[in-house]
Amino acid sequence: MSYLTDEKEGASCLVMGNEAIVRGALEAGVNVASGYPGTPSSEIIENLSKVAKEPNLYVEWSVNEKVALEVAAAASFSRLRALCVMKQNGVNVASDFLLHLAGSGTRGGFVMVTCDDPGALSSVNEGESRFFARLLEIPLLEPGNFQEAKDMTKWAFDLSEELRQIVVVRSVTRMSHASGNITYGRLPAEKRRAEFRFDGFALDPDEGIIISAPVAWKHQQQQEKIRKAREIFEGCPFNTYEGPERPDLLLITSSACYLYSREAVNVLGAEDRVGLLKMGTTWPLPPKLLAKHLSRTDKVMIVEEVLPFLEENVKILAAEQAAEIGVKTFYGKNDGTIPMTGEMNPDLVIAALSSVLGIDYVPVPEEYGREAQASVIARAPNREQVFCPGCPHRASFFSIHNALEMDNRQGFVCGDIGCYTMAIGSTGFNTLKTLHSMGSGAGIASGFGKLGQFGMDQPILAVCGDSTFYHAVIPALVNAVHNRSNITLVVLDNSGTAMTGFQPHPGLDHNVLGEAVPPIDIARICEGIGARVEIRDPFDLEGTRETLNELIEDTSGVKVLIMRKACALSPQRKNKKDYTVHVDETICIGEECGCGRFCTRIFGCPGLIWNAEKQKAEIDEVICVGCGVCADICPQGAIKREEVA
Amino acid sequence: MTAYRLPKDPYNIIITGVGGQGNVMASRVFSNMLVQKGFFVTIGETFGASQRGGSVMSHIRVSSKSTWSPQVPKGKADVVVTLEPIEAIRVLAGYGNPAVKVLTNTRAIYPAGVIAGRLSYPSLDEIKETLKKLSARAWFIDATDEAVKLGNAILGNIIMIGALSAVGDLPVGRGDFEAALSRTLPAEKMADNLTAFDLGVELMKQ
Repeated sequence: MSYLTDEKEGASCLVMGNEAIVRGALEAGVNVASGYPGTPSSEIIENLSKVAKEPNLYVEWSVNEKVALEVAAAASFSRLRALCVMKQNGVNVASDFLLHLAGSGTRGGFVMVTCDDPGALSSVNEGESRFFARLLEIPLLEPGNFQEAKDMTKWAFDLSEELRQIVVVRSVTRMSHASGNITYGRLPAEKRRAEFRFDGFALDPDEGIIISAPVAWKHQQQQEKIRKAREIFEGCPFNTYEGPERPDLLLITSSACYLYSREAVNVLGAEDRVGLLKMGTTWPLPPKLLAKHLSRTDKVMIVEEVLPFLEENVKILAAEQAAEIGVKTFYGKNDGTIPMTGEMNPDLVIAALSSVLGIDYVPVPEEYGREAQASVIARAPNREQVFCPGCPHRASFFSIHNALEMDNRQGFVCGDIGCYTMAIGSTGFNTLKTLHSMGSGAGIASGFGKLGQFGMDQPILAVCGDSTFYHAVIPALVNAVHNRSNITLVVLDNSGTAMTGFQPHPGLDHNVLGEAVPPIDIARICEGIGARVEIRDPFDLEGTRETLNELIEDTSGVKVLIMRKACALSPQRKNKKDYTVHVDETICIGEECGCGRFCTRIFGCPGLIWNAEKQKAEIDEVICVGCGVCADICPQGAIKREEVA
Repeated sequence: MTAYRLPKDPYNIIITGVGGQGNVMASRVFSNMLVQKGFFVTIGETFGASQRGGSVMSHIRVSSKSTWSPQVPKGKADVVVTLEPIEAIRVLAGYGNPAVKVLTNTRAIYPAGVIAGRLSYPSLDEIKETLKKLSARAWFIDATDEAVKLGNAILGNIIMIGALSAVGDLPVGRGDFEAALSRTLPAEKMADNLTAFDLGVELMKQ
């Protein structure tokens, strides 16, 4: 059991923002939840799966975000309550279906939670999902604290049912992955039965067919829903104001930026001068509420992440109502008061507020600040992200890198999203040369592989992870085979969606609920499509490199090399050493060797360090996980491994 | 909530280290100890990439009044707990101030650039000198080495939590640790964790 369901109504608990969203969905009586893993959203589906049994939930990790949204939609169409969860890039994947869903409307309460990642803390983009709400004309809610993350999620289901429209709840990393106290509400006893009605009047929202056509009629209906949402939002308790009746400056904000703004006002002691208007309903904005607050001041600052979404929408309302509320001076992203990229924090708001209000603020004594900065430069060497000790990707990229060097024709690798993204840097021997969305390495390679007619003779490789293979690589592979593109796809199969915490994917024999399910074999899919398929263990360095060189030489079309080894952090490998490894100090001759400290300088495993005093390589017992691969890279054979019985 | 008067409200703790050292677990356990005592606690943490050997940080905001931002403003840390010594220097450059207290695990984890020979890692004496200069009080604890003696290096984080509770600014101790841990940890792992916690308290007396 879990503290997300054990605790009674009124209990106060410390929970992550994502857990608060889970509790909100449970209090709303969610029936079906789906999603695709992606930081910072993954804990929502994970936690729901842990508590699925008693309230009779159906929870699944879907193959990608578009299918996840379609799976959840079926529940809504059947009058159940449905939740679909994804990170910001996932919304792009799901957006084609979302466009049509917004047109067709929904039945049972349907909430889409998107967790955006301003500042790209664990992404290779800082894409905005909020603009989809405006683009596709659907309501958008943004919780401003942990309690709201719960309460708003619950309310979003009611709102969706009232409007017969999907409702978006947008979180951000600092909300989803931060924790705070919340007070629980009641879990419902109601049980819903699934029934899909389709034989009433075709245009009837409850009993007709569910389609986005006739477009003219449906689009009007859709906009009527947005007008209704706007009216509801005028009185919504998630839009709050704190501050003086007539502030010098009105600060309008949403989401985690509300907490930063409140902190900044407190740090500057500006509570008497700044009014804080937190918007929980950020699309559509309620015009009367905005007019009321805008009319009480001349200066307005908007604080949000990442793009000026709220800012632009507030400005439109202010322009429309200018005759009534007067002309305002705006501070925000467009005038450069607030940065237009990256995530916000209290200090950026402090800087913006202190400049507009004319307050001097120095966070630490100047001398201390100087000393601390100098210490970092002198004594805190930069710590770049690296593949974990025992990671199969380090071995895979070592072989790919070496095979391409040996081939010596400027061959290169197109990559995509996963831990293996890090192969763009030194931990993966700088092997990746393009990096975009899920599956795009294979798609881009498919295009590169057709450039021979323009004189390109470089070998073309792509890599993808196992979960990514199912998510978005299969169409690219079909494309490459059908169009006779000459490429080698390396599937880094580490037995799970490793980067986001080992969520199961269609290649495994169990699902998120722990049930036995039919695994779908990557090799057989590739063979079925018509590719040549080889399988290697990445820890077999020599065999892998030989196979790679052979595949690169083979110009017959699409070749797939599946590198199969579980992630070092996976349940099957974690805390289990295959080998005990040590450096034989009588054999390692350090700088004398001529290898140029090959093991530590090039291979770069955190468990294999350089002892500067002894001038020899050394195993860090606390870090080493005993994969034993390094024993094969020492030219002297000084690294010894013994199998653990 | 609670009548306890914090030395400062909000009181700001930063727990830092390297991905894989149990940073997140340590911050959750300590925060739950405070929640049981009736405080509002906000934790801000960066993970996702945290298992990948990078620097990680949890910001813990403790208040008797309300929820604060998941990010501590610059220069406003009251105590910094570090599971890896140079990470303390990095954190102080952002969040330190002349009144800050620092608790440092002495065991180094070398960054990739150091292992490769591109960067150099300071000596423990240099680290101590820097941290003493940048703090009002600094403690140095051989947490990983002691944890290895207990049979599991990961317990270094719990030793540091024990040490943090012994600083004395916050009204939490062994009983709160046991209660907080029992919420998430299987009973068979409890004894080792309590031993580690007690050891952390003990090492602060030396």
